[in-house]
Amino acid sequence: MSIGGIGAVLATGRAPAYAQQRTLHWVRWSDFVPASDALLKGQITKECQKALGINLQLETINANDIQARVTSAIQSGNGPDIILGLNNWPQLYTASLADMTDVAEEIGQAQGGYYPISKQVATAGTKWIGVPWAVGGGLVAYRKSWFEAIGYPEFPDTWEKLQDAGKKLKAKGTPVGQALSHSFGDPPGFWYPWLWSFGGKEVAADGKTVALNSKETLESVKAAVPFWNDACDPGGLSWDDTSNNRAFLSGTIACTNNGASIYIEAKRKPDTYQTENGTPMYKDIRHAALPKGPGGQYNLPGPFTDMVMAYSKNQAAAKEFLKWIHSKPVFEEWFTSQQGYTDGATKYWEGDKVWSADPVLAPFKKVPAQGRLTGYAGPPDRAAAEVQTKYIIIDMYAKAVQGMKPEDAVNWATGELKSIYGV
Amino acid sequence: MSQVSIFSSSGAYSSAWRRGSITRVLEDQRWFGLLLLTPTLILLGLFTAYPFIKGIELAVTNTTVGVPGHFVGIHNFVVLWHDDIFRMAVWNTCFYTAVATTVKLALGLWLALLLNRNFRGKAMMRAAILLPFIIPTVLSTFAWKWMFDPTFSVINYVLLHLHLITIADRINWLGVPWLAMTSIIIVNVWRGVPFFAISLLAGLQTINPELQEAAAIDGARAWQRFRHITWPLLLPVTMVIMLFSVIQTFADFQIVYVLTGGGPANTTQLFATYAYQIGIGTGLLSQGAAISLAIFPILLLVVIVQLVYIRKTETA
Repeated sequence: MSIGGIGAVLATGRAPAYAQQRTLHWVRWSDFVPASDALLKGQITKECQKALGINLQLETINANDIQARVTSAIQSGNGPDIILGLNNWPQLYTASLADMTDVAEEIGQAQGGYYPISKQVATAGTKWIGVPWAVGGGLVAYRKSWFEAIGYPEFPDTWEKLQDAGKKLKAKGTPVGQALSHSFGDPPGFWYPWLWSFGGKEVAADGKTVALNSKETLESVKAAVPFWNDACDPGGLSWDDTSNNRAFLSGTIACTNNGASIYIEAKRKPDTYQTENGTPMYKDIRHAALPKGPGGQYNLPGPFTDMVMAYSKNQAAAKEFLKWIHSKPVFEEWFTSQQGYTDGATKYWEGDKVWSADPVLAPFKKVPAQGRLTGYAGPPDRAAAEVQTKYIIIDMYAKAVQGMKPEDAVNWATGELKSIYGV
Repeated sequence: MSQVSIFSSSGAYSSAWRRGSITRVLEDQRWFGLLLLTPTLILLGLFTAYPFIKGIELAVTNTTVGVPGHFVGIHNFVVLWHDDIFRMAVWNTCFYTAVATTVKLALGLWLALLLNRNFRGKAMMRAAILLPFIIPTVLSTFAWKWMFDPTFSVINYVLLHLHLITIADRINWLGVPWLAMTSIIIVNVWRGVPFFAISLLAGLQTINPELQEAAAIDGARAWQRFRHITWPLLLPVTMVIMLFSVIQTFADFQIVYVLTGGGPANTTQLFATYAYQIGIGTGLLSQGAAISLAIFPILLLVVIVQLVYIRKTETA
């Protein structure tokens, strides 16, 4: 190094650029597709080092524990540089997230634009508070042969038909499997669309006026009781997000609303997961949208958003990294490893080859475009997040199936919503 | 640097003076007591007083994650007062604590009386009894979660093969409100009984056997000996154990968080799980702190009653 170089280093108090080792700490959920985590921790970490000179420290933790981590990191002003947020969590931390407008808009413009649901959770006003990563989609995984055997060659497209099919299947010991419990993913993934499909909604479009106490909501609760009793596995009242996967793969339920992880796991281990006839179970699994009700047909997708923390001193590196990992060739590596478990956050990924690789997974391609978010017809804001984390909508149905009068269950939930929305 | 011998007259004098002053201070009981107390005070200050004061500070503001709030007085407590779920959590916590602690006492006492006898393998049995207490709670609770799984429960499997239940009416341990509450109490009892048993055993061993022998010679039966000798002498120890257990059970979190998450429909929601749900899940730190703080007056009352009782039994 020249004398001038040393002088410059001493004058600026900074090490020369080539000697700096940039490190990024990225916290994500433990993926339901383990191969994707292996790819990120292995190949992509190496590529990142080579392409950007960034030492990527990827930490995967249980999804239910991420919020505790975010809270402690924000309150102490110290922790991971990037945290993957699920659902509408970014809306809870708007004041503590770095401005990602430039990065998100650049990626969005280059890749056909974001789905509205991805944009809704990742923006506060006109500012992007995160970079949408992907969208987790739910469809009903069902045993084709079992539905055929009871006279349904196609999956029932209305709730009445599903109740009828479920009743017949339950009599055979293989009911509909659905969580109606306190867990972050599956219970809301089913019961919010159930509410919407009857025309019910939490609040009016102004996002303030509680609109839950309606004829439509009451009808949805009344319909839920016989549906649950006739067609569903009662164990769902205590299931977590992995319970339905286990139940389906062990052949104790005939269908369940879930991501593609059941099918992917069954396909990965054809010798382990087999039908009663000794054939690989994955060949008997199909996917269908949740049935429609008098108010329409919906689903609740789970947007994933990378939140760059405002306290992070590596925000420039984080932006550089997010641009790089969202570049088409790099993101495609991860997207392919998901095999259809998630959709892209932008429309570009609808055309990816992953959707033609396996027709059984192809229906997942359309999930984000047909999705609604919690808090409908208002935005998926802090109040909507509170309703969701308190499981108010879920418990409205749970109380009814446990014997509370539907009117009382709706009144209880409405009271809770009014208290949360401050009216 | 010039070297000064510590054996020099001036050095010896100054060293002796220093030693003298320290010794004088340490010989003063007030200072010596304070010195001995200092580590405890530091630990209590850092890990008990500071979080407690911070909790009070949070509970009277409207702080959310990442957003410092301002003073709102008792607003958070007023909100809680009108919150159905909170009221349910209060009732659940009281019921859970009362039942679990009573059962733990009964089983712990029974076990302690058995372990106080002489039999082969006594030492090994005493060590084995502690196992549930030693295993990390989360780990053992996950094992229980599998045992209570509605589909794969080993308990249901056994009952099924004993023809006591059928597949159609297999027991939904964590899905039916009263069964879910029973299940979390079972796990708490399973985990807490060793603490009661070993502590009560220690108490039993302090009772002079001559008292029992004298009573036996006087014709007292086993129950009479227990009723009039063992139990009164064991009572002070029992009250202290109960005090610890009530505090721990009241603030229990892990068992419910892992087994039910407070469900179904909040029927197993406790103070701690609800505080976590509000403070962490929803980001409403102040309300979460208010829920945690709401435990305080109830526990304080319990502690005062028990301490007064302990003092009474000690001075009686």
